[in-house]
Amino acid sequence: MAVTPPERRIWWNEPIERVELTWTLIAFLWGLFMFGFMIAWHFIGQQNLNKEAYRIAPSNYEQKVEEFAKKYAVRQEKGVPVVKPPAGTEIYLLGRLWQWWPILELEKGVSYRIHVSSIDWQHGFSLQPVNINIQVHPGYEHVITMTPTEAGEFGIICNEFCGIGHHTMTGKIYVTERKQAEADQRLAEGR
Amino acid sequence: MTATTVIGAIQRTAASRTCPYTGLKVDIAAQTLIKANAVAAVIFLAVGGLMGLLVALTRWPAVHLLPAEWFYLVLTGHGANVLLFWIIFFEIAVLYFASAILLNCRLATPKLAWLGFILMVVGAVLTNVAVLQGDSSVMFTSYPPMQAKPNFYLGLILFAVGALVGVAIFFATLVIAKEEGTYQGSIPLVTFGALTAAIIAVFTIASGAIILIPTWLWSLGLISDIDPLMYKVVWWAMGHSSQQINVSAHVAIWYMIGALLLGAKPLSEKVSRGAFFLYILFLQLASAHHLLAEPGLDASWKIVNTSYMMYLAVLGSMIHGLTVPGSIEAAQRRNGYTKGAFEWLRKAPWGNPAFAGMFLSLIFFGFIGGISGVVLGTEQLNLLMHNTIYVPGHFHGTVVAGTTLAFMAGTYLVLPLIFQREIVWPSLARLQPYLFGIGAAGISLFMMGAGTLGVPRRHWDITFSDAELSFAHSAGAFLMMGLNGLFAILAALGGIIFVLVVVGTVLFGQKVERGHKLTFPLHAGGGAAVSHYGSHATVKLPGTIILVTVFFVSFALYYFINWKYLSELWLFR
Repeated sequence: MAVTPPERRIWWNEPIERVELTWTLIAFLWGLFMFGFMIAWHFIGQQNLNKEAYRIAPSNYEQKVEEFAKKYAVRQEKGVPVVKPPAGTEIYLLGRLWQWWPILELEKGVSYRIHVSSIDWQHGFSLQPVNINIQVHPGYEHVITMTPTEAGEFGIICNEFCGIGHHTMTGKIYVTERKQAEADQRLAEGR
Repeated sequence: MTATTVIGAIQRTAASRTCPYTGLKVDIAAQTLIKANAVAAVIFLAVGGLMGLLVALTRWPAVHLLPAEWFYLVLTGHGANVLLFWIIFFEIAVLYFASAILLNCRLATPKLAWLGFILMVVGAVLTNVAVLQGDSSVMFTSYPPMQAKPNFYLGLILFAVGALVGVAIFFATLVIAKEEGTYQGSIPLVTFGALTAAIIAVFTIASGAIILIPTWLWSLGLISDIDPLMYKVVWWAMGHSSQQINVSAHVAIWYMIGALLLGAKPLSEKVSRGAFFLYILFLQLASAHHLLAEPGLDASWKIVNTSYMMYLAVLGSMIHGLTVPGSIEAAQRRNGYTKGAFEWLRKAPWGNPAFAGMFLSLIFFGFIGGISGVVLGTEQLNLLMHNTIYVPGHFHGTVVAGTTLAFMAGTYLVLPLIFQREIVWPSLARLQPYLFGIGAAGISLFMMGAGTLGVPRRHWDITFSDAELSFAHSAGAFLMMGLNGLFAILAALGGIIFVLVVVGTVLFGQKVERGHKLTFPLHAGGGAAVSHYGSHATVKLPGTIILVTVFFVSFALYYFINWKYLSELWLFR
């Protein structure tokens, strides 16, 4: 029994039944497959998180974001600048108590290098309703190359608890279709 | 044995009694300590469970019970009380049982064990007081730079030291049992499972000390800075590994209940022990599960760690997923239930809460907690669900529907055998595992559903009514959160009945004396095994084969569905 010492002292020589052996083999191979699939997705998939990140003092990062917003702001929305950077520019997004700043306006099918960091506590970048979720740390500037594949208005919410105003922390990304034909071509090429 | 042994200890005699149902020798000091730890566990379960109900009712959009400040406070307390205090107190009881009782041995240094117990109680109370004072609502994970009051961390440290004392006493008792020859051959499988839990506990508590002591000093102002990323790497070496203590402990309890109620014998000792051994080798790598969405970590590091080295620890769990029901099927077929593929399961003692709780725990842990855990822990798939309410959905499948339900099932054996009290209100007790199990499975599934739709975890208001820039979740997300609330009420009802039955039994249950026939009887053979697998008259196990096939197909389907979801996201690299 499981609550008594093994009946045979030399239990490690007992034969293994075929059902156990078969199941163990299936489970082992399934594990190998799942392990391999994570590696494979780096080659066949279009959704992999970049590890590119830099140490940065929160105040320096804040300054970079402000300069970026000033340069490319096209209008204001509820006191927050809406920033429309041309393709190919570095984009900066800031998480702080309690907002994502500034609002971004991007184009469908264009790849952007988006920098993201926090200047106070940890935050959770959660793009909705797409459902891409990335942790944001103060002191670490994370660079993610992102390509919107659909146009519309998207929310960024915070899904890392950041104090009493956590549930009021939101942001916004607009994605426009303006360069439709060009974008479709890029998407067709896989980038 | 001689008076002096290898370790130089002199044999002592300790007070003991003989169990009339199992024939095991019960060391009185161990028995009292098991009682104390079990009672403390149930008290913290009651407190933490109540907090959990308040959390669920607040997250039910139509009810939205608590104000924001209270919500975050109660959520912090919920995590600490149930995930840490309830479970670890119970695990210490399991360790003392699996060593002193199962090995017919006296418990090593009972006085020191009491010291450990007191440290754990003081620590748990200290942390609770810090949380209730209101300025330590940092969540159970307490990620810096967010800071709690020093007593929040100090309480956790004291609790961990106390638990470490308990683990050390478990090891010492194993040594004494070997030295004094209280058993023949190798330790029982259940004790081997407990040993696995204890080894993982040492790693877990050491990691906790490495991160919580500096964090405590930081909260006192003695250290200027804690790196938030470093904190997460080390904290989760405690936070996730402690869940592996639970897995090892509750798998051991599954085997124990199978043995005591049905006379089940492991299909083969080698395979079951090998599966536990895989836990010892690889389960600790799971810290990476919480770091898949973080900046600056290399993909190869993530892949090796998050998969527990090519899923070898998952392999361990999948093996138990066959051998536990397999050993029960083999025993039941020997008991005479041989018709068709499933007579053994249909005619199992479903009216015995120990069995019902154990088998539901096995099913829910595998199908809900296990499958969702692997999907959530896949490097790229994690970005679909990181920090959404899918995460609590997953771990309520493992820790509530799996571990807590198994521990509750085990309690229905502890009450008559250790407390020596007949269980009061048997019809309520019969109903309890179903209420709690279905409630817990429901909250797991609906939180997972809501998380798939993007609902964040640890969030007071998913309508974002106070936010500058508005955002609206889909109607489906609100429906899921409402259903989560309903099932939380069901689980809470099961939890309340459990606490009432335990308290009622301990205080007012009829004393069990020799010759008394239990309401929820053990297997007629007492301590004898009915199944002997591996002999010439081996029984086939068609029922178990069907069960694991259904499991595997569900696993594979759900795995690929999530890759399909992922492939539809925006592109990022």
